[in-house]
Amino acid sequence: MEQFFQQLTNGLAVGGIYALIALGYTMVYGVLKLINFAHGDLFTIGSYLGLTLLTSMALTDKLGPFFGILLLAVMVMILVGIVGILLDQVAYRPLRESPRLSAVVSALGASIFFQNTIMLIYGASFHVYPQNILPRMVVNVFGLHIPMIRILVLLASVVMMLALYTFIQKTTIGTAIRAAAEDQGAAKLMGIDVNGVIMIVFFIGPALGGAAGLMVGLYYGQVNFTMGWIYGLKAFTAAILGGIGNIPGAMVGGILLGVIEALGAAYISIAWKDAIAFLVLILILIVRPTGLLGERVAEKI
Amino acid sequence: MALLEVKNLHVKYGNVEALHGIDIEVNEGEIVTILGANGAGKSTTLMTLSGIIKPSEGEILLEGKPLHRLPAHKVVRERITQSPEGRRVFGTLTVRENLNLGAFTAKDPKQTETNRKWIYELFPRLQERRQQLAGTLSGGEQQMLAIGRALMSNPRILLLDEPSLGLAPILVKTIFDTIRQINETGVTVILVEQNARVALKLAHRGYVMEVGRIVMQDFASALLSNPEVINAYLGGKD
Ligand SMILES: Nc1ncnc2c1ncn2[C@@H]1O[C@H](COP(=O)(O)OP(=O)(O)OP(=O)(O)O)[C@@H](O)[C@H]1O
Ligand SMILES: [Mg+2]
Repeated sequence: MEQFFQQLTNGLAVGGIYALIALGYTMVYGVLKLINFAHGDLFTIGSYLGLTLLTSMALTDKLGPFFGILLLAVMVMILVGIVGILLDQVAYRPLRESPRLSAVVSALGASIFFQNTIMLIYGASFHVYPQNILPRMVVNVFGLHIPMIRILVLLASVVMMLALYTFIQKTTIGTAIRAAAEDQGAAKLMGIDVNGVIMIVFFIGPALGGAAGLMVGLYYGQVNFTMGWIYGLKAFTAAILGGIGNIPGAMVGGILLGVIEALGAAYISIAWKDAIAFLVLILILIVRPTGLLGERVAEKI
Repeated sequence: MALLEVKNLHVKYGNVEALHGIDIEVNEGEIVTILGANGAGKSTTLMTLSGIIKPSEGEILLEGKPLHRLPAHKVVRERITQSPEGRRVFGTLTVRENLNLGAFTAKDPKQTETNRKWIYELFPRLQERRQQLAGTLSGGEQQMLAIGRALMSNPRILLLDEPSLGLAPILVKTIFDTIRQINETGVTVILVEQNARVALKLAHRGYVMEVGRIVMQDFASALLSNPEVINAYLGGKD
């Protein structure tokens, strides 16, 4: 029982991270019908930026662990968000009117460019996050001993997801984003600047992905220039699982995938951990290609 | 000077020209209708007025100022709003959210609430269904929403593309009565319709389009009794 709950909470924390990355895929897909294959690398950039800022600015020494990490997260999110906007302007915007395949090729090219840039700057070896930034506390929850960091990771992702959900559902800009995702032409007829909407989406998605990168660095303590590949693929699976283009779907899909994977690794075999995720992807594509929450409303013709 | 002037407007889709130089004038407070067979270029004309499509030649002037260089979302800020062909309401958004987006460019929240009240008076059904997803509305209700949504921007020129499409005759009458009411509040209306007879009875003036050209223009009453129009668009003598 102890092991089950340990794995469950671990799965929830990792799932929260998947969900944050998945949101970037799903939001961009929503407005552009494009899979941003460079998104995983934006996640990697987030983890490396986090590492650099953490070590160079000594934020946690000056502000204490909590506010230090908070400020760090805000900086990482803003910077990665800006990289996201630049990515769109350079790699995707010139191809808006071109066939879909051109943008896909451009996305793969951008991904290779980012990976190599990170490698050239930081080198190919693993980098270790400074230890003891966060107090190595273990919290006793109903007799279950859970590392503090796990709770913080889960909490942070839930807070960010709630904030995003509120923004998308309750604000005018959020409504405009949903409208542009459904019908760009009609959105323009409402006076919505669709290019502006796309910019916002290319800020928010990468910002969340960057935050996820920082969280992985803090949670596992080490980062590598290729890690965006596997996290990106998992998060992409999560987005498909929830129904690509659907924001609550990406959240549910991410959490679910994290839990399935953690429990699968514990009860089937740790060696199968990654395979499980892709088994889920294949199953969902066969059984329910629209994903769990895809196509909630059939459009009237 | 006319409120809106279209001069020698050419529009291309790729290499194929859809509008071969059309001229239209619309005066403040008028209802002007554009008639024509399928594929004549009526929707293309409205989409070009809205800035969604860019003309390859010619100009569109609003009170003498060029409009055709503005991106679509800025045209709405000039208070020229379109209710497009096929309604194109946002199906995954509620009725209320659709109306809110109609007011996306509106600057005065008080005016927006006044407009909302007025739209709910014009179409009480929308008020009843305000929390419902627009995709679950009936076709007629979606048409009401499309017109209501366009009105939320407080337009001075309202472009309506086939507002009666797919509606029961009784609803067609309601929609046309509503267009008259809207016009009586001072909104200039450009109306594209298949239903030529009803459109000409409502409009002050009309243009007839054939394959990308204006072939006739006159007062609506004159077009109604014009033998060519009767033959081609009013289904012979009635
Ligand atoms: N997106 C497009 N790409 C290429 N050609 C188009 C496009 N839209 C319209 N056309 C062509 O332009 C011409 C005018 O079309 P338009 O939609 O303006 O006609 P319409 O008068 O509104 O017709 P209807 O009464 O059927 O709505 C048609 O020949 C049509 O095939
Ligand atoms: Mg048409």
